[in-house]
Amino acid sequence: MTSTTVTPPDRKRVQNSLTSGMLPRWVPPAIVAGILAVGLAAGLLFDVNLMLAAAFAVVGVGLVLTVVSRQVEGARRAKDRLVTVVVTSAFVLALLPLVSLLITVVQNGIERFDGEFLTQTMRGVLGEGGGAYHAIVGTLLITAAAAVISVPIGIMCAVYLVEYGRGRLARAVTLLVDVMTGIPSIVAGLFAFAMFAIFFGPSVRFGIGGAVALSVLMVPVVVRSSEEMLKLVPNELREASYALGVSKSRTVVKVVLRTAAAGIATGVTLAVARVIGETAPLLIIAGSTTRLNADLFEGRMSSLPIFTYYSYTIPGVPPEFGVDRAWAAALTLFVIVMLLNLVARAISRYFSLNSR
Amino acid sequence: MAKRIDVSDLDIFYGSFKAVESVNMSIEPQSVTALIGPSGCGKSTFLRSLNRMHEVIPGASVAGKVVMDGQDLYGSDVDPVAVRRHVGMVFQRPNPFPTMSIYDNVAAGVRLNSGRMRKATLDELVESSLRGANLWEEVKDRLGRPGSSLSGGQQQRLCIARAIAIKPEVLLMDEPCSALDPISTLAIEDLIYQLKSDFTIVIVTHNMQQAARVSDRTGFFNIEGTGKPGRLIEMDATQRIFSNPSVKATEDYITGRFG
Ligand SMILES: Nc1ncnc2c1ncn2[C@@H]1O[C@H](COP(=O)(O)OP(=O)(O)OP(=O)(O)O)[C@@H](O)[C@H]1O
Ligand SMILES: [Mg+2]
Repeated sequence: MTSTTVTPPDRKRVQNSLTSGMLPRWVPPAIVAGILAVGLAAGLLFDVNLMLAAAFAVVGVGLVLTVVSRQVEGARRAKDRLVTVVVTSAFVLALLPLVSLLITVVQNGIERFDGEFLTQTMRGVLGEGGGAYHAIVGTLLITAAAAVISVPIGIMCAVYLVEYGRGRLARAVTLLVDVMTGIPSIVAGLFAFAMFAIFFGPSVRFGIGGAVALSVLMVPVVVRSSEEMLKLVPNELREASYALGVSKSRTVVKVVLRTAAAGIATGVTLAVARVIGETAPLLIIAGSTTRLNADLFEGRMSSLPIFTYYSYTIPGVPPEFGVDRAWAAALTLFVIVMLLNLVARAISRYFSLNSR
Repeated sequence: MAKRIDVSDLDIFYGSFKAVESVNMSIEPQSVTALIGPSGCGKSTFLRSLNRMHEVIPGASVAGKVVMDGQDLYGSDVDPVAVRRHVGMVFQRPNPFPTMSIYDNVAAGVRLNSGRMRKATLDELVESSLRGANLWEEVKDRLGRPGSSLSGGQQQRLCIARAIAIKPEVLLMDEPCSALDPISTLAIEDLIYQLKSDFTIVIVTHNMQQAARVSDRTGFFNIEGTGKPGRLIEMDATQRIFSNPSVKATEDYITGRFG
């Protein structure tokens, strides 16, 4: 016996052990198309629920493809096909609400998303017209102030945890950060209100209070993401720096933070995006107003989430103008978050490619 | 420039684990000292104690004396950061700073230490360091590219250039060629030979031929068993160690008859 070729017993159509049956490329799309056609026909003939039909289609595609593939390609590839179908449908399922949300907001909001909306306030506006300029300014100011407060605290805290923290204090800080992550936003607002009420009395309302409340929510997110990024910096780089006679503090600033900068920037933007749509804390401490207030330290300050909320709950007469404004404000918030993400990408690209 | 180091009764610990025990050794200036020995016997640990890099590891400590030109490196008033400026180090794996260009990597020692330097002077320093590391011709047209865009061997020479740019008196190298091909290895060995006129060099290597080729003196470390501390078994002129060592274990190790 000279032959050492092992032929799998279950596959008869194969010529040798390295090649096996393969479905032609057009088969999977054809199966999907076929099932869709059947579904469509059924939908036209009988009155079927759309969701139910979609679910049946997915199951159908998975079944047919797996069975066909098992016949032609063998068990391993059949499993692969099945998992591909499952993963793809899970992906679509996760994406559907997002896309639907996006479409709804754009559809409803685009009507009033105009120059007037972006440049006018609500001062003296009862019915038609008016805009969210004051709320946009308020949101940007409050969020920026929150970022100014929480980014340094968060990054320094992360640096402490990763580079310096040892023993009990570090463990305590980690625990506290974990606890802070779970604080409901309304509690953050109440905290800020209670704190400022001590000094300014119970009628206190101003933007900086909102910023403080948002920082309470933002700090743990910044700490967590920065911590992960700092941990990713290889120890070899720290040692390389020490070996050049660089002190620890300079190593942290110029090597560790610099190397992690791209990731930290992304984390900070995500944290900003997380708090920019917060409503509850601002409702309590920043309040609402119809006119422009650009002073963080004095008087009520409107913001986009609050503007949306009030435009919808107290739309005025006739109500459709208020509702339209609410949708437009939601769209504005959407656009701001999108822009933020773009900025984050630009920053992280700048930091990661930049070598002058 | 090059300095002499005398080590006496040095014990090195990781927490309560004694990794290296009572080392006595003198390292001659302007020479290459090779450290050989089986894996885990404490060569890297010992090497890192010579520029106080050992204590960077949490819980690590050292007892004994390391005297460089009459000054005990572990004296109570000695700043470890300053020690490392006099005793440079090249690591086993090339570790250029990924966010910096080739130029900035070489200039890192000066820049990170906030030493202000005129552009022209810095340019000169970078060029002379890269020339010293035999890398200038290969990179002179792309100094602005990231350091990580070089090949492994080039990266290691970049790290050597970075280390010699701070003009240390002593240069420690921990298996600098272990990740390199024979040609890059030869280039670095040539380089070590040239650097010897300016620096005191200590090199850890697993390559007997390399130790024989580049070093003037060789120290053999050994360990009795796991959990036991490593010890310096013998140290002598390289020729003698390789031809006629006085301890049986050294001979066994060098000839490959090692358990
Ligand atoms: N960071 C550390 N923490 C605790 N123990 C360590 C640490 N690094 C090394 N050791 C221990 O110290 C001893 C010596 O290790 P060392 O790295 O110095 O060996 P080596 O001679 O350089 O070996 P190799 O030739 O494999 O590099 C080993 O027992 C090792 O387990
Ligand atoms: Mg080692």
